[in-house]
Amino acid sequence: MIPDNLREHAVAAALDSFDPDALTGGKWDRGELTLEIAAAKIASVCGFLKYDQKFVRLSTVTAVDRYPGEPRFEVVYHLYSIERNEWLRLKCRLAGANPSIESVTSVWRGANWYEREVFDLFGIEFRNHPDLRRILMPEGWEGHPLRKDYPITGTRV
Amino acid sequence: MSESGVPSQSAAAVEEPKPQSGVRRMVLNMGPQHPSTHGVLRLLIELDGEIITSCQPDIGYLHTGIEKEFEVKNYQQAVTLTDRVDYLAPLSNNLCYVLAVEKLLGLEIPPQAQWMRVMLTELTRLNSHLVWLGTHAIDIGAMSVFLYCFREREEILRIFEMFSGQRMMTSYFRIGGLALEPPRGWQKRVKAFVDIFPSRVDEYENLLTANRIWIGRTQGVGHISLEDMLDLGITGPMLRAAGLKVDARKDRPYSSYEKFDFEVPTRTANDVFARYQVRIEEMRQSTRIIKQALEGMPSGPWKADAPHVVLPDREKMKTQMEALIYHFKIVTEGFRVPEGEVYQVIESPRGEIGYYVVSDGTTHPYRVHMRTPSFGNLQATPKIVEGILIADVIASLGSMDFVLGDTDR
Repeated sequence: MIPDNLREHAVAAALDSFDPDALTGGKWDRGELTLEIAAAKIASVCGFLKYDQKFVRLSTVTAVDRYPGEPRFEVVYHLYSIERNEWLRLKCRLAGANPSIESVTSVWRGANWYEREVFDLFGIEFRNHPDLRRILMPEGWEGHPLRKDYPITGTRV
Repeated sequence: MSESGVPSQSAAAVEEPKPQSGVRRMVLNMGPQHPSTHGVLRLLIELDGEIITSCQPDIGYLHTGIEKEFEVKNYQQAVTLTDRVDYLAPLSNNLCYVLAVEKLLGLEIPPQAQWMRVMLTELTRLNSHLVWLGTHAIDIGAMSVFLYCFREREEILRIFEMFSGQRMMTSYFRIGGLALEPPRGWQKRVKAFVDIFPSRVDEYENLLTANRIWIGRTQGVGHISLEDMLDLGITGPMLRAAGLKVDARKDRPYSSYEKFDFEVPTRTANDVFARYQVRIEEMRQSTRIIKQALEGMPSGPWKADAPHVVLPDREKMKTQMEALIYHFKIVTEGFRVPEGEVYQVIESPRGEIGYYVVSDGTTHPYRVHMRTPSFGNLQATPKIVEGILIADVIASLGSMDFVLGDTDR
């Protein structure tokens, strides 16, 4: 279902009619539109947004750790439509235990490195990713540095 | 200039039949310390004769955990981290970060500070393009261009030093305005520079644009289709060299860019030479912007009227109790930023910088993600270099203009 105040935004309305179950919430804040998407639907939603709504560019994929809150992780996508000159933020919430979400590399190949980065630094698994391994940290590194329970200083003994 | 003998890849070269499988392939490890990678990038290249059959970039050598460090700095302190991301365009990163936080705070920035920001980020663009042009030319074998470019870059760094006390890690833009009052006599210095600079760009062009070796090494090299570019997340001058007119300064103006008159140069050839032409033209357009900023610089305050965010003047701090209290609060604790999240995008010399700042209402950012142009552009390396000659890799990589600090963060 779609919050009533978002109906005036064409993208939100179109997405709602494309798949009423996909949209779980959203907000219009400081001139930026955020849509919350059910994690299981992310790949199909992105496909719809790219090919039907002309959001041809995926700017970035990242995550936020809400530790110790639950659902712990937010995976955040920023999309840009050149034609409409519009930005859009998608957000999926994932539980803290074995976080995993469908990869959007089938929609934008450019998601590859961004998802690898999120996997590397947050430990979120992207299903059906062609090459899911660490990208910034060395291979064989233990832990995921951008998690909130990962210490900022100190060395392992 | 002995490079003239190196065969350049033309459109026809791509069509050449490749040797059948079974031929011995060589794996070449280019980097991490290869001079043309300008930093530490490792490319695992598989060769069939002189033709590249596959390429795998390996990054992360300069990863310093800047995004993690944001979380233990207060908002104002974190400005210094943004310099160190892209060390050739520190002020662009300063600007993007402070704009994001100012959006969260809902701060109104006085016109003089906004114009000053525009002027200095455009000088940053020149600075970055000059380093790019010099090193790109040196990679291809034209030594002298480098010396000329660094002569002008030196003058820009002196201007930065005049403003901020620092040549490279300026941190001159702060949340709420500028770090310091613009120095006395800056107009003279900047004017002297913009007066001479267009003729200097002509000089570079004299050395390169009609140079047969330069043309031979760059024209028709490093092609990638526009669809692939958009799909792989390439931004900036590379997109514009493929004919797509996208520029955040025009599309979604920030920091009063809408008040300036400039063109967004594009080319359609979509090769190394076109990228060179686009950047040269961008240098001329940036000079135009700087000139306009210089002539129309508004007077008035250079920091916002927001006592809970901006440090009070020294004199007020010494004489007024209230100013002293604010000073103490800001220095010891920092300032609180209302809960929320913003994604601020600006046009850096290399392409699209995006700062995603999440606030939980405290004095420290909850999460800062930097979408850096080099990371996005570098991802397309395999697509660009696969199927071309090994000699053209250097030119192709150079035309992407990445900074490894920007890639690895």
